Amino acid sequence: MPKGQGEVVPEAPFRSYYGQPVVKQPIWHEPHMPTYLYLGGMSGAASAMAAVARLTGHERLELAARTAAFAGGTAGAAFLVAELGRPMRFLNMLRVFKPSSPMSVGSWTLAAQGGLTSVAMGSAVTGVLPVVGDAATLASGLSGVAMATYTAVLLADTAVPAWHEAMRELPFLFAGSALASAGAAVMLTTPRALAGPARAAAVAGAVTEVVAGEVMERRLGMLGEPYRKGRAGTLMRASRALTLGGGLLATVAGRSRTLTALSGLAITAGALCTRFGVLEAGRVSARDPKYTVVPQRDRLDAGAPAHVPGR
Amino acid sequence: MAEQRMGFFTDTTVCIGCKACEVACKEWNDVPDDGFVFRATSYDNTGSLGASTWRHVAFVEQDGRWLMMSDVCKHCTHAACLDVCPTGALFRTEFDTVVVQPDVCNGCGYCVPACPYGVIDRREDDGRAWKCTLCYDRLRGGMEPACAKACPTKSIQFGPLDELRERAQERVERLHAEGMTDARLYGESPDNGVGGTGAFFLLMDEPETYGLPPDPVVTTRDLPAMWRWAGGAALALAAGVAVCFAGRKP
Ligand code: SF4
Ligand code: SF4
Repeated sequence: MPKGQGEVVPEAPFRSYYGQPVVKQPIWHEPHMPTYLYLGGMSGAASAMAAVARLTGHERLELAARTAAFAGGTAGAAFLVAELGRPMRFLNMLRVFKPSSPMSVGSWTLAAQGGLTSVAMGSAVTGVLPVVGDAATLASGLSGVAMATYTAVLLADTAVPAWHEAMRELPFLFAGSALASAGAAVMLTTPRALAGPARAAAVAGAVTEVVAGEVMERRLGMLGEPYRKGRAGTLMRASRALTLGGGLLATVAGRSRTLTALSGLAITAGALCTRFGVLEAGRVSARDPKYTVVPQRDRLDAGAPAHVPGR
Repeated sequence: MAEQRMGFFTDTTVCIGCKACEVACKEWNDVPDDGFVFRATSYDNTGSLGASTWRHVAFVEQDGRWLMMSDVCKHCTHAACLDVCPTGALFRTEFDTVVVQPDVCNGCGYCVPACPYGVIDRREDDGRAWKCTLCYDRLRGGMEPACAKACPTKSIQFGPLDELRERAQERVERLHAEGMTDARLYGESPDNGVGGTGAFFLLMDEPETYGLPPDPVVTTRDLPAMWRWAGGAALALAAGVAVCFAGRKP
């Protein structure tokens, strides 16, 4: 029976086939997938900021947010396509719309996000059709909040134990991380005097990200382990330190360019660590049969086997 | 739709571990080499199901007995792989089996971690996902799948699922009457977490011993709840952004 190292709690006894995994690990690569998750989230939250900035008349900040949303969406899409086994067939994603597939919903969301932010950016740069550009910015506020949160469902809707069971907190972790990243990107590209809302977003996002991550690891119990051990644990701890530090700095970042730069970079690095850490924790939880077998065995022993109601 | 759902009943008590099924599957379906690995744990040299291993014979050596079991895609009633496939490459056939269309799959890889049994996988050289088709082409030609045809002990039985379930029930009862109380069916119940499998098994020990999940569940069962949580987070995000701007003059 495989034993963990440095365990305080004794390992739950379980049986397996030579310690081999029961479920397959996610095959998504680094850095593509986690970078996509970061960029998509940043783009989405930046769109929400651009829309609200438009409504409240923060014009300079709106331009920065439009730019961040466009850049994140475009670069994110490139990473996602590169991740496919058959990149030339990316458009097969758009041959059907399947509500049962978060990847399908996400592809359409990304298509909307990419399209709207491109129109908004194009109009801002060229000055052509400002009304259309503004309408696209407002609409991208909606695609943006979907963009920043659907990725949590994308991960949770798998048999990967540390993801599936985290279905409640992952959306808040990702939404918080997205808000912090967008706040960071926008405050780095807006004159300090006009960047107040971006700093506020960075602080609020950082706090949400850290709290959601803590709640998740605690509630998951044994399935929280993959987020605490090994490389994933290092990444998650680094993420928390960077995000908290960056968030704290953001509260005073209005005072100098240096503080703004430090805060923005720390938050960005923290958000990236979150995505890499979550991907790695998922892999670990799929690789070790313990995380698949023990909760299922517990369910059977408790006389409450899984079933599919009403289907 | 055919009137009858077709499937496999794999009776592991008569399996002799000859791997004829693995070979027949490779031959018929033109499945590439999956690499020769000397695992040093048992006679198992294919390890697990994968993109190029559609039948996998597990060898479990226990005190006083050997367990052998030919594993395969379960062709789930509620198939997670099919539910999550964004391109529609995975589809349900007229035989109620689950098949990938290689000309549609774009290799997004989403089906791979979605399967609760760890069956489907992506071939890295070819970029697409592959798994057992339950010999869709043979079925359409009125033939039985290659593995069932090749199995010398009738451990792998192919047929209409209703008939297989009856036959399996009788077999378990007979084994119990003969004192083999370890015998149990795995996957056949329509009440389980995947709504019953089209390929089910008679096992002699707990499923995890053979590398099978003891109580799998189709991940999409919880999808409505997942969208609700994500929807809550999306609303919170929108509200959060609005609050950041509140009371700030441009
Ligand atoms: S066992 Fe896995 S690959 Fe086979 S039908 Fe079920 S979910 Fe799909
Ligand atoms: S890898 Fe192919 S079969 Fe699997 S979900 Fe993606 S498109 Fe569908």
